[in-house]
Amino acid sequence: MQITSPEFKANSRAALADPQLQKALGNVRSGFIEKRLKAVADLPEFERLRDSAKAIKDHVLSNLDLYLEAYEGRVLEAGGKVHWCGTAEDARQAILAICRGVNAKVVTKGKSMITEEIALNEFFEKNGITPVETDLGEYIIQLRGEHPSHIIAPAVHLNKDQVEEDFRRVHDHLAPGRDLTEPEALLNEARRVLRSRYFEADVGITGANFLVAETGSSIIVTNEGNGDLTQILPKIHIVVASIEKVVPTLDDAAQILRVLARSATGQDMSVYTTVSTGPRRPGDPDGPEEYHVILLDNGRSAMLGTEFQDMLRCIRCGACMNHCPVYHAVGGHAYGWVYPGPMGAVLTPSLIGVDKGGHLPNASTFCGRCESVCPMKIPLPKMMRHWREREFERGLNPAVGRYGLKAWAFFAKRPRLYRFAAAMGIPALKVFSFGKERFSWLPLAGGWTKYRELPAPEGRTFMQQLRERDAVMKQAAP
Amino acid sequence: MTQQAVTKPRVGLFVTCLVDLFRPVVGFAAVKLIEDAGCTVDIPMAQTCCGQPAYNSGDRKDTRAIAQNTIEAFEEFDYIVAPSGSCAGMLKKHYPGLFKGDLTWEPRVAAFSAKVHELVSFLADVRGVQDIDARLDGTVTYHDSCSGLRELGIRAQPRALLGQVDGLTLRELPDADVCCGFGGTFCVKYSDISNAIVSEKTSKIEASGADLLLAGDLGCLMNMAGKLKRQGSAVETRHVAEVLAGMTDQPPIGGRG
Repeated sequence: MQITSPEFKANSRAALADPQLQKALGNVRSGFIEKRLKAVADLPEFERLRDSAKAIKDHVLSNLDLYLEAYEGRVLEAGGKVHWCGTAEDARQAILAICRGVNAKVVTKGKSMITEEIALNEFFEKNGITPVETDLGEYIIQLRGEHPSHIIAPAVHLNKDQVEEDFRRVHDHLAPGRDLTEPEALLNEARRVLRSRYFEADVGITGANFLVAETGSSIIVTNEGNGDLTQILPKIHIVVASIEKVVPTLDDAAQILRVLARSATGQDMSVYTTVSTGPRRPGDPDGPEEYHVILLDNGRSAMLGTEFQDMLRCIRCGACMNHCPVYHAVGGHAYGWVYPGPMGAVLTPSLIGVDKGGHLPNASTFCGRCESVCPMKIPLPKMMRHWREREFERGLNPAVGRYGLKAWAFFAKRPRLYRFAAAMGIPALKVFSFGKERFSWLPLAGGWTKYRELPAPEGRTFMQQLRERDAVMKQAAP
Repeated sequence: MTQQAVTKPRVGLFVTCLVDLFRPVVGFAAVKLIEDAGCTVDIPMAQTCCGQPAYNSGDRKDTRAIAQNTIEAFEEFDYIVAPSGSCAGMLKKHYPGLFKGDLTWEPRVAAFSAKVHELVSFLADVRGVQDIDARLDGTVTYHDSCSGLRELGIRAQPRALLGQVDGLTLRELPDADVCCGFGGTFCVKYSDISNAIVSEKTSKIEASGADLLLAGDLGCLMNMAGKLKRQGSAVETRHVAEVLAGMTDQPPIGGRG
């Protein structure tokens, strides 16, 4: 997918001027937050679960090689195969080879952000394979030729009437006069259309919320059951997962599941939690003939041992973006690549480079709401600041800002000089206000005054007033 | 009497750069409140800014230099108090990280940061203030600034102290815990997004029906006041310390009307 993160500012201006998008974003601002709050309030041990979930992932990240190898061993024992892929291209080629092996024409897909990361759909189309997204949200945006704007609610940037329009346009074999006003009707229509595609598919691809080292299982959570049909009906099931998804045991996965859905949608559990272990065994009523795991690194192992390691705890619940004022304002597409919101602001520079993703960790007020709701307690603002440090060290941030900052720091490091400059500048600024309490415009303050008045200073600085007051008191003393 | 004066805790007031430059009355209100709470107040001249502009722009070297100045100027006091959750958060929560592995500075910064408090929480939690001597006839609403709220856990304290102000009615601001869009340099670097966020905030402030907006951080206050005034709102804006100290003779932030 095309990276537009360097155009974040232009993207965000377009997003702010898009009335449909702004209307849709209203749902993010209220719905997710209230539901999560209620789910958390209903579970007294939620805070302790967060701690234990974090501890599990920290332990895994300290022993990642061990658990990945153990996991591979169990997958092999269950009759599956693991493909270790260093890069997105490795992953695409491995998937293509499997698909070519059965001469696949149609591939069904459950929801998977990793397949977005490796731009699998575009790659399939170039190679004559038709990918069919089966998650309702993913299906809708595939019809529109878009990408997800949210990691768990891919079509959250759309309103129902837009979806109705798309369905009428694409499903042109259905009666034009049909009633699609209720969301339920849209859902049922998508179900009916998708049902036949499940049987046409030669390969089904899903992501993974967890890979379990103890059993060699992959686990997905869905609310629509589409993941189950995607992985059971075709001959081949391919799991596409990144390396940090591994957990030691099923118990560990169960622990983290208790915080996952609550943080994401406010559900106690997602509707479906599906555990898959290897291909169909003798006596199994259904299941694929082959079971493959694409294990993707794509820059993650390089994050281990750095200040960005904590990011690998992320379980992709989306709580950070659901609570982010910047995401609320501009939505997910403005971020310009696969992962939006605070988690994207940290992960994107790791995966595509800070030279391309540099805006994202800067476009944060550091309000800290993301960290406060992150079930894995990832210090997101702190890591965004680390990216700003990397940028600063490499001189990647704009020159005007750098020089301005350096000039300011020169004074801030020298208290006497600072006091002197303030004592000169502030009263002068006050004079320039011509007795008014605020400025509507001020040279060099356009970034501020474009949208707001700048309150005028009181007059003399606190330090000036203090010295004068102390002088008066000393004179008054006997 | 003399004996008592000697045993009073000594507070070093970190004025904060925005209060020093734009709103000195907040500094004088802080002095009054801390003295009323039974402490002596010193104001070291060697203070400038907490260093956040450098810190949040990725300039760690300058941040450390500024932090060292601040620590040297303030470490002698029993408490270091700032009328800002954001600056107090910087001094208390972020300074220690700047000196990790520095054997000389690590213990100094640890001792320093342990003594740092935001003004309102210092009054309520450390000094147990129960008798705020102030009067304000009006309806106010309160915005919880992010750093104070999430880094320092300040939420109940300003409400408890405002509850002691005669004549004052507090009307809760919906989504009081949501950022106002200031974010330091963010508000000018990403002014379009900042504007969208602060507009959301001012519509909530207007809807609260309050005639005075209070908060504990001047950056946020200047942002919200600036937007309210640009929108022609009649809602006035002040730092919470001004009201608690009964020092409301100054025009509100950004003026009236």
